Amino acid sequence: MNARLPRTPPALDSEAESSIRFIRSTMERAASFTAVPGWGGVAMGVTALVAAWLASRATTSSAWLAVWLVEAVLACGIGVWAVAAKARRSDTPLFAGTARRFATTLAPPIVAAAIATVALARDGQVGLLPPIWLTLYGAGVITGGAASVPAVPVLGLLFMATGAAAFFTPPSWGNTWLAIGFGGLQIVFGVYIARRHGG
Amino acid sequence: MAERARQLHVPEELASLDRIIHERVRLGIVSALAVNDSLTFNELKELLSATDGNLSVHARKLEAAGYVSCKKSFDGRVPRTEYRITAAGRRALEKHLAHLTAVIRWARS
Repeated sequence: MNARLPRTPPALDSEAESSIRFIRSTMERAASFTAVPGWGGVAMGVTALVAAWLASRATTSSAWLAVWLVEAVLACGIGVWAVAAKARRSDTPLFAGTARRFATTLAPPIVAAAIATVALARDGQVGLLPPIWLTLYGAGVITGGAASVPAVPVLGLLFMATGAAAFFTPPSWGNTWLAIGFGGLQIVFGVYIARRHGG
Repeated sequence: MAERARQLHVPEELASLDRIIHERVRLGIVSALAVNDSLTFNELKELLSATDGNLSVHARKLEAAGYVSCKKSFDGRVPRTEYRITAAGRRALEKHLAHLTAVIRWARS
């Protein structure tokens, strides 16, 4: 950050405007800094590990899909609750705006994943679902967390890398990749955020 | 508009700005603290891409002005410095924002 004023002062109104822009962008970044819930992420990761274990015991592909769909709804619920709880605790109205923006940026890739899920499940190609879920979720986290701490887009990238690995390995590894991504990555990242950015 | 603004030698609107809060790093600290209960030294450093020295100098100025409060503690063996905005700091930021808005309105009238 450059603390010096330029040698030729710009017009007053543009200087004032740039100051207001600076205040607004700093507030937005500062709010998104801690809007991401740490312990909520850990809880989502734990439910994903349980889901991976249950899914690995499923005998039919529709049972397998049902386990992961229930997990998706559950994780979504935990995520929304955790963001809201953290926002309430910090008691800042801007927080809610940032959380909402993160959710709306994350939503399109999730919807895309849902459409792909319906289409592929209908055609019996559930083996393609784990890599699709992982890469699309990763893409959503990258765009949604672009303004947040650098760790958030990094998490998104790791999700995409896990998804890419899942695309190029046998479909039977799907549960393992899902456990690594939605379980492992989410837990490690959640602990990191909780310890560094207040819960 | 800009021409008109330049014609005035020292415009009252700019001259009377709160110099403590007007500086960019200090404005950044106060703005970031306005939307957070508290932030640590390292969080502010990361957020504002400031150096250790730069941030501590400006934080100290804000503390001296009574705009932020600072609490030092230990997280295990690692020292931890936590900043909060004070009521005076929040008022100063609101006043500054109102001032900037007034400057824009004046320049465009």
